[in-house]
Amino acid sequence: MEQLTQDYLRTKKLPHIWCPGCGNGIVTAALVRAIERTGYDQSEVVIVSGIGCSSRAAGYLNFNTLHTTHGRALAFATGLKMARPELKLFVIMGDGDCSAIGGNHFIHAARRNIDLNAVIINNHIYGMTGGQHSPLTPTGMKATTAPGGTLERAFDLLELARGAGATFGARGNAAQPRQLEQLILRAANHKGFSVLEALSPCPIAYGRRNKLGGAVEMLREMKDSAVSMEKASGMEPEELEGKTLSGVIFSTEAPEFSEEYYRSIGKA
Amino acid sequence: MAETKPVLMQGNEACAEGAISAGVRFYAGYPITPSTEIAEHMAARLPDLGGVFIQMEDEIASMAAVIGASIGGMRTLTATSGPGFSLKQENLGYAIMAEIPCVVVNVQRMGPSTGVPTAPAQGDVMQARWGTHGDHPIIVFSPASVYETFYLTIAAVNLSQKLRQPVIMLLDEVIGHMREKVMIPEAGKLLVEKSSDNIPADWKPYDEKGLTPLVPFGFGHYYHVTGLFHDQYGFPTGDPTQVERALDRIHGKLEKYRDEIVLTNYIGHKEPRVVIITYGCTVRSARAVVKKAYWQNRLPVGLLSLQTIWPFPGKEVAAIAKQADVIIVPEMNMGQIVGEVERYACGNAEVVPLNRYDGEMMSPDQISELLGRWL
Repeated sequence: MEQLTQDYLRTKKLPHIWCPGCGNGIVTAALVRAIERTGYDQSEVVIVSGIGCSSRAAGYLNFNTLHTTHGRALAFATGLKMARPELKLFVIMGDGDCSAIGGNHFIHAARRNIDLNAVIINNHIYGMTGGQHSPLTPTGMKATTAPGGTLERAFDLLELARGAGATFGARGNAAQPRQLEQLILRAANHKGFSVLEALSPCPIAYGRRNKLGGAVEMLREMKDSAVSMEKASGMEPEELEGKTLSGVIFSTEAPEFSEEYYRSIGKA
Repeated sequence: MAETKPVLMQGNEACAEGAISAGVRFYAGYPITPSTEIAEHMAARLPDLGGVFIQMEDEIASMAAVIGASIGGMRTLTATSGPGFSLKQENLGYAIMAEIPCVVVNVQRMGPSTGVPTAPAQGDVMQARWGTHGDHPIIVFSPASVYETFYLTIAAVNLSQKLRQPVIMLLDEVIGHMREKVMIPEAGKLLVEKSSDNIPADWKPYDEKGLTPLVPFGFGHYYHVTGLFHDQYGFPTGDPTQVERALDRIHGKLEKYRDEIVLTNYIGHKEPRVVIITYGCTVRSARAVVKKAYWQNRLPVGLLSLQTIWPFPGKEVAAIAKQADVIIVPEMNMGQIVGEVERYACGNAEVVPLNRYDGEMMSPDQISELLGRWL
C-alpha cells in the first residue's frame, strides 16, 4: 500500500511549497489513499485544481493533472468530463477559490449533478496571498482585509451545495485523516456531484492573527469540535453551539448529467 | 477537396458548419447577440454527430469547458460577442500558455460595454490582439463573406490543432447575419487535417526540441497542465532561462508557420497609386469601389484585403507601401489596424484612415469620395 502511494506521488516534485503546520499535505495524503482504494486505473484518474495553496496539490500527484485558473476548476472539469465521461475527476479547490470567485461554477456543477468529486480544502482564509477573508471565514475572525474582524457572514458550503442540487455532501478534517480518507472514498463511489469539505489548519495566515495557537492547537480544536451526524441527532441545539457536523451530511440520488446527455443522443 | 454543393447559408451558420466540417464535436457557449445562431446551430447539429453541446453558466465557464474538452481530445469551438469576449480573455490566455487548441468566435457588435448589441462595428481588433494579459501570440481571422467564414473556420480549427494555439474568428455582425451562397463539401466528408497519431514513448507535452501533438488525458502520459510558466513536462518553473525559453517557444511557433497563417488577397492595378487596405465586411465596400475604379475606369487603384489580421501581414503591407503613393485604411472603428499599416508602411506611402463608428456599414460611396482626392 505504501509503495502504491509512492506511485501516485511525484516524489521528485517534493518537498511541497506549503508552510509548516499546513493541513494541505494531510488532506492530499487522504485523497491519494482514497483513490488507491477505489481501484481505479491510474490512467483514468484526473486531478483538476484551481488557484491557491491547496490547488498546488495537483502538481504533486502522479496522474493527468490540470491546474487551471482561479475559481474555474469545475468549469474546466465539466468540459473534460463531458468530452470523456469515462474519466474519474477529482477537483481540488480552496475555500476562496471554490466559494467566492468560483461560486457560480460551484452551484451550477451541483445543479447539473455532473459526476465530479469536488474536494474543498477549507482553511477559512486566502493563504497564498497572505491572509484575506474568504466567504468561509467565520464572522468576527480577523484577516488582513478585515483587521477588526470580518462583519460578513460565512456560507455553510454543504448547505449551499445541497440547495443547488448536489447529491452528496460530506465534511471531514485534517485532524481525523482516516475518516477523511473514508469520506473521500464514499464521495468517489457516489454517482453525481459530490462535495467534500475538508477543514484544514492554516496556522500562519489565519491561526496566528486570530490567536488560535499553532498547528497542534488548531488540529486539536478541529477534532474536539467535530460531531458526527449520529451523535448530533441525539444532542440539544444548545449543546451543538460551536460544534461542527462531520461525516456524510447528505446523500441522495438524481440523474447524472454526462450519462443523461449521452443517453439522450443515443450513445450511452 | 471533397465534392461540393451550393447552399444558401447565413454567416453564423457557415461558421458552425465549417467547424463541424473540420471535425469540431464539442461546443460550450452562452447566449449573446449577435452570435447566438452559432450556439443554436451547434445545439441542433452536434447531438446527431455524437458530439457535445453544453450551454454553460457564463462566458468564463464556456471558455474553460472548451479547454477542458480539448484536453480530453475533442476539437472544440465557442462563440460570443464583445461583452462575452471580454470575459473569455482570462482563459484564452490560459489556452495560449498551456498550448491547448480551440477556436473562439467573436461576432463583433458596437461597443464599448453593452453598446448597440445589434449594430455592426469593428471595435474589437485590438482586443483580439491584446485582450488577455502578458506577452502572448494570437491568430485572428477576419472573413469578408459567408464563403470565407466557412473556409477560414476550417483553417482556424486545423491550424489551432497543428500549432496547439487558440485561433480567433473575428466576424462582423454584417457577415454573421448575411445570407450568401457557399459551396460546401458533401455531408460526411470531413476537411480534417490529422495531427500525427504516432506518439513516441518519450513524448513530452512541451518538448524543448519543438512542437509535439497534444496527447489527450487518459492515455497514461501523466503530464501536468498549468497556466504557470512550465518546463517541458508541464511542471511550474520560475527559472529565468526556462521562462524566457517558454515565451520564445509560444511566439516562435507562429513565426515558423507564418506563411501558413497569414492570408491576404490583392486585386486591382499592377502598379497602383492608391491602395485600400482593409478586412472583414469593409472589404465588400472597398471591392465595389475597386471594381468600378479599376475594372471599369482602369484607374491605378488596388485593394489588399486581410483575411488574417493577427499576426499582422506586415511584409505584405510594406511591399504595397513601396509601390503606392497613398494607402487608405477604411475601418468601422475609430482607427485600430491603421496604426499597424503606418508602422509597416515606414513612411513610403501616405497612410490615410477612413473611419465610421455610428453603428452602420461603411459604404462604397464613402471610400470612393476619399479616393477621388488622389485620382
